Amino acid sequence: MANGEAQAVPQEPRAAGQRTTGGAYAISLSGDWTGKFPLPQLGSLLEEISRPPRPSKVVLDARGVGAWNSSFVGYIFDLQTHCTEFQVAVERNLLPDGVARLIALADAVPEKTDARVSHARDGFFAGLGKKTIAAVDAAAMLFDFLGLLSIAFGRFVSGRARTRIADVFEQMQACGADALPIVSLISFLVGVILAFMGAVELERFGASIYVADLVAIGMLREMGAMMTAIIMAGRTGASFAAQLGSMKVAQEIDALSTMGISPVEFLCLPRVLALCLMMPILCIYSDLLGIAGGAFIGSVMLHVAPRAYFHETMSAFTMSDFTIGVVKAAIYGVLVGFAGCLRGFECGNSSSAVGYATTSAVVTSIVMIVVACGISAFILNLVGI
Amino acid sequence: MAEQTPAPRERDSHIRVRNLTIAFGSYVLMHDVSFDVHRGDIFVIMGGSGCGKSTLLRTMVGLKEPAKGDIYYGDFNFTAATEEQRGAFLRRSCGISYQGGALWSSMTLAENVALPLTEFSGYSAAEIRRQVSLKLALVGLRGFEDYYPSQISGGMQKRAALARAMALDPEILFFDEPSAGLDPISSYRLDRLILELRHSLQATVMIVTHELPSIFAIANNGIMLDAETRTMIAQGDPKVLAATSKDPKVIEFLNRGQERTQRHA
Repeated sequence: MANGEAQAVPQEPRAAGQRTTGGAYAISLSGDWTGKFPLPQLGSLLEEISRPPRPSKVVLDARGVGAWNSSFVGYIFDLQTHCTEFQVAVERNLLPDGVARLIALADAVPEKTDARVSHARDGFFAGLGKKTIAAVDAAAMLFDFLGLLSIAFGRFVSGRARTRIADVFEQMQACGADALPIVSLISFLVGVILAFMGAVELERFGASIYVADLVAIGMLREMGAMMTAIIMAGRTGASFAAQLGSMKVAQEIDALSTMGISPVEFLCLPRVLALCLMMPILCIYSDLLGIAGGAFIGSVMLHVAPRAYFHETMSAFTMSDFTIGVVKAAIYGVLVGFAGCLRGFECGNSSSAVGYATTSAVVTSIVMIVVACGISAFILNLVGI
Repeated sequence: MAEQTPAPRERDSHIRVRNLTIAFGSYVLMHDVSFDVHRGDIFVIMGGSGCGKSTLLRTMVGLKEPAKGDIYYGDFNFTAATEEQRGAFLRRSCGISYQGGALWSSMTLAENVALPLTEFSGYSAAEIRRQVSLKLALVGLRGFEDYYPSQISGGMQKRAALARAMALDPEILFFDEPSAGLDPISSYRLDRLILELRHSLQATVMIVTHELPSIFAIANNGIMLDAETRTMIAQGDPKVLAATSKDPKVIEFLNRGQERTQRHA
């Protein structure tokens, strides 16, 4: 081949234009258009073409072009689009056959002018307004779902709901028994942390024994329920949202509703009920493990005799602290289940929407848990318990 | 509300759709769609991608509210009915097979088919087992009772979904893209199965599809939707439409983008 040598050493791509005597504008293209070199600027050529008097047509001559790929086709297509805007015809006879065919293919369907989405940024107030409307919609959806769930619960109590008890037990197994290892670990460590925190100060007064009171009251009243709830939010709430979200994507939820089975009764109620029933039990378990963690620190680090620690714990134990913790756990359970199911049902129709629903379920659960904890502290303080 | 406004009645039409307009917010997807489906028809909703075929089907089974218009099943005004009346009607009279099968993934095939039976039929457990075996055998899935949907192929999932849709012996079967994603042979078998079941169950069948071989093989009535004009552009037997329609869009669709060929002459 004559130009074999030229192909071996890639040449820089060039585009040079000049007006011909016939009133046309000839652009001669040469070199290798493979993206290895920066492409020549289109701007000066377009300036020349648009400058009046405008050329009658643009003649592209690519006989000097060696290797080319899509970057060359893109360049020509861009050039041609601009020429169309200037109402100048483009002659493509001297382009490589493949390029001419690709350009013809791209031209086959005219641009849908209303298809381009405008990405214009909203002004401050428009943005604020949109956000506000979205927040109101989200709140409306939340209360809507709360209503549906309440109605479903009412029907369940009166025995008319299509909720299967077997499903409730299955969910209890999944969110309760299967969560024991992680609840054990976290609760024990929380007990240890509480004991350490107290020990530093109490030891200075020679009152190490009161670590037992601190750990017992802390675990029973707040930390047992709170830590279990946070674990449930990350473990079970997320799994509810992911599962219901994928069921929504796969139209499984539609299949239920068109069969006359309420998805809320069939899918959400068992999950929320299971969490509401298992959370108090997990909370008691967590209390025990936390106290064990405190006792471990007490005996190993603070040299409090286990028997003394036990007695101190028992004297700090009050039924009201214990009950407050357990009731709070049940409430947190409902909140986590509610948030998980809500976000799962709201899920859009794609796999990325499932990921978003899962994240959103965890965030919503944790926010609701902390808010509920704050409200309960306020109310209990008012009541004086 | 037991009283329902009586609809204009035509002879033996099973489903009547009148002036249906479907919109997403202010975006009108289709307007003024009216058609009749006769008892025993295999009725196809045809049209290119994005023209709203599936949305029309979703509207017909109450998964989406129409912006305007009415849908009648016999004398039952579906659009004016309450949620409860719709639910009762759907489970009594309709079976729906979704695009991806939509089998409940946490249940075995047997449990999928059994759920509508246990919830609504009042049969004994033994009778339900027998019914489940029968329905699975009818779609060629005998012995697959204890498989989960994820363990079987796409074609088998669609057939299992059909078995579930037939569980309560519906009068109307809806199919959303039954042959989407199936190889030609599975698709052909599914078509045969739909024909066979329509014949033996005396059901009316509504199918959303754009598969020409299916359309010509099984349908005897249908409408074509158009994304550009956002309404229906043809109604009738697809074979007749292919041969006699004057509308270039209908001719192009039914002849795979070609001019009319001798195939349907």
